[in-house]
Amino acid sequence: MISDSPKIGLFIPCYVDQFYPQVGVASLELLEKLGCKVSYPMGQTCCGQPLANSGYERDTAGATRHFIELFKDFDYVVAPSGSCVLHVKEHVPAIPGLENEQAKLHHKVFELTEFITDVLKVEKIEGKFPHRVGFHSSCHGQRGLRLSSSSELNQNPFNKAKKLLENLEGLEWVELSRTDECCGFGGTFSVTEEALSVRMGKDRLEDHAQHQTEILTGGDMSCIMHLQGIATRNKQPLKFLHIAEILNQAIS
Amino acid sequence: MSSREAILSAIRGIKLEPKPLPEIPEFGIQGEIEATFVQSILGNKGEVLSQAEFETWLTASNHPKLISRSTHFSDLSTISLPEDPHQLNDLDLAILDGQFGVAENGAIWLEDADLGLRVVPFIAEHLVIVLNKKNLVATMHQGYERIGSATSGFGVFIAGPSKTADIEQSLVVGAHGAKSLRVVLI
Amino acid sequence: MSHPENASEFLKDQAQAKWHDETLWFVRDKRDRISKTIPEWEDLRNLASQIKDNVLANLGPYLEQFEENAKKNGVQIHWAKDGEEHNRIVLDILKRHDCQAIVKSKSILTEECHLNPFLEKNGIDVVDTDLGERIVQLLHQPPSHIVLPAIHLKKGEISELFHEKLHTEKGNEDPAYLTQAARLHLREKFLGAKVALTGVNFGIAETGEFVVCTNEGNADMGVHLADVHVACMGIEKILPRRKDLGIFLRLLARSATGQPVTNYNSHFRSPAPGRELHIILVDNGRTAQLAREKFKNSLKCIRCGACMNTCPIYRRSGGFSYGSTVPGPIGSILSPGLDMKKHSTLPFASTLCGSCSDVCPVKINIHEQLYEWRQEITKAHGELGKGLSMWIAAGIFKSPLAYKISGSLMRKALKTLPDSLIYHPMNAWGKSRDLPEAPKESFQQWYQKNRS
Ligand code: SF4
Repeated sequence: MISDSPKIGLFIPCYVDQFYPQVGVASLELLEKLGCKVSYPMGQTCCGQPLANSGYERDTAGATRHFIELFKDFDYVVAPSGSCVLHVKEHVPAIPGLENEQAKLHHKVFELTEFITDVLKVEKIEGKFPHRVGFHSSCHGQRGLRLSSSSELNQNPFNKAKKLLENLEGLEWVELSRTDECCGFGGTFSVTEEALSVRMGKDRLEDHAQHQTEILTGGDMSCIMHLQGIATRNKQPLKFLHIAEILNQAIS
Repeated sequence: MSSREAILSAIRGIKLEPKPLPEIPEFGIQGEIEATFVQSILGNKGEVLSQAEFETWLTASNHPKLISRSTHFSDLSTISLPEDPHQLNDLDLAILDGQFGVAENGAIWLEDADLGLRVVPFIAEHLVIVLNKKNLVATMHQGYERIGSATSGFGVFIAGPSKTADIEQSLVVGAHGAKSLRVVLI
Repeated sequence: MSHPENASEFLKDQAQAKWHDETLWFVRDKRDRISKTIPEWEDLRNLASQIKDNVLANLGPYLEQFEENAKKNGVQIHWAKDGEEHNRIVLDILKRHDCQAIVKSKSILTEECHLNPFLEKNGIDVVDTDLGERIVQLLHQPPSHIVLPAIHLKKGEISELFHEKLHTEKGNEDPAYLTQAARLHLREKFLGAKVALTGVNFGIAETGEFVVCTNEGNADMGVHLADVHVACMGIEKILPRRKDLGIFLRLLARSATGQPVTNYNSHFRSPAPGRELHIILVDNGRTAQLAREKFKNSLKCIRCGACMNTCPIYRRSGGFSYGSTVPGPIGSILSPGLDMKKHSTLPFASTLCGSCSDVCPVKINIHEQLYEWRQEITKAHGELGKGLSMWIAAGIFKSPLAYKISGSLMRKALKTLPDSLIYHPMNAWGKSRDLPEAPKESFQQWYQKNRS
């Protein structure tokens, strides 16, 4: 655990704020249960990721400047989203006048599970969650932030989310046939390549169904929104929760 | 300006940051060299025979047109090497000496001098390569060390019989070249 | 047609699409497994990447060294600025030898230069001899994959084709039977060709030799029977030292098909006595790509095809959906450099999942280059036409996150776009997916109420 309670800023991606407030609440409560002092700076906006991934990175300067100004005084910035963290770390334009702040911030932004395992150094979480849980590795978290090993690389297997989940009493971890295949969300890809996106999502859901996943979880609500959207449309009896929700529930 | 000059001067016009050429470390293999080599050849759909097994096989089989350039089996040829490689179209069996074999993948090195005509190991219906056990190396790195700065006009690593998987990814042995490879370890 | 249109078309035959995905996944999986049997795998990738970086940084001097050594070995060297010049050089050689029929082994470069149609127009009979390539050639199709040219076809289709063209038994779909038929058919072609053409996998500056890798042995069957061997080589195929081949041959086949090495790895240094050996060094856009700082690394590619096999898009949309000679992730970063307008949708045919970059044996940052091409393409909006910018904008505005939330931010950025597009009721998101339910309050509102 980190000493003399550093200031932790909670970065809640826009779609979590709007569609999944419960994930924001769970992230906040979870961090507090783990002994952190967390605050949520008001006035957060979209970080600009959908624009940048669509080829308009240069038009995200406003959003980026706003982000730096909101978060520059925190010791750590934590977000329940691998893909938004990757964006604010790797895909933002340089902001004139804020170079120092931007450079420092780069090392202070963490995805939720990596913050818990790498900064808080939590080895295992005590709690109970008697369900069969399938994990969706979001690509930006996995191959962008290296939150888990990727099947293409010859490396020792690891998975930061699994590390936090696997000790929960009663939790059954689902081994998938394709451990880290993309779900097909891909931001604007989900719309510009609609047919492919939906096919990819269906294939992921099939893999989970074949392995009797009861609750599908992950670190990125955007992937889950896409998968849940397909599952609901097809009346698949699968539950969806963000990993923060599982951990928060399990501890209480 | 010639195209040569055009291309080279286009490259010269590009500002390129220097990048060092890395040295290649010594990589080995974990298993025992001969056993690994045998496994590799089997995996490539070839066979490995002892000298006695080979001789038994040869007596039991029928190869009207046979060329042997192996120093171990020099008197087996039934035809001599023609001038024109086209005349080898119905060559039944070629027996050649390999210079060395690579354990990690079963690749065996042969050069012009071993082949007689370059087409021999490809056009023969069946191929036998004779290899001295002493001439096995661990990986391709040691392989290229062995080749060093040899100046043969042609050299080839052969690792198995000709094969293809172009129809629905199902493996078929015997595409255009030799339909079988037997490696005789001496 | 754009990539999304082609992909939707491909996905209509669900069974075929699923088969395509699973077949390529099988190859991907084999590659994953064999790469894990080599403890130094990641070191090899690093070394290969560094060697190729060094090649690109010294391409000019290496090419000159290669040329000088090859000439000393008795090889004739030609230089071609573009595909057209390359094709003319080939035709000149054929004319000089009064050659009407050639055999050709796999060469993506000649596909890129559209050599076959050019030669055919000039009365030359061109026979592709790689089995997969022969199949697609008989169907008048281009290859759909750079390593597995006929991967889009089922054996039933091939059986029918061979029945018609090679008179095989009707309905016999046995791959061994069909392969044997092709062997007999192509053996005749090998025996009859005066000139044989091959691609080049690697050219070695220090020796002037080059290496061609095949499993079938078709390149060797061709060139060792013919009087003349013409090797077509992209200028980026150079390696500095012979021993560098140790690294690259260890990586190539394992990455491509999951086998430890290709069957035949032929090193051509000088022509056989009485024969001719030509090398054509081709630029065709490579120096232009080398000049693009962000994209020059794409020239490190050794054409193993692993990025295609691993790509969840390629597997589900097929090679033809890309409409470019090299399909898949690497094609999507090479092709816009050749014709940005024609290939403008390719960098968007990706979720940026990054699997391609992790699989690539020479560590090309493919998905990052896809991201960078997107930035370039949107800058060129004007030239590329309204359709594309509308399409991209639709992507941004129709996905639920943007549609509902970030409207004002993005509207400012794209203020030229009409509101009718932004609020278009036919939302592509909702065709096969439900929208998340709108909660009572946002997190921001909750926080204000409960915590501040
Ligand atoms: S980009 Fe890399 S993975 Fe793709 S074909 Fe080229 S070398 Fe292979």
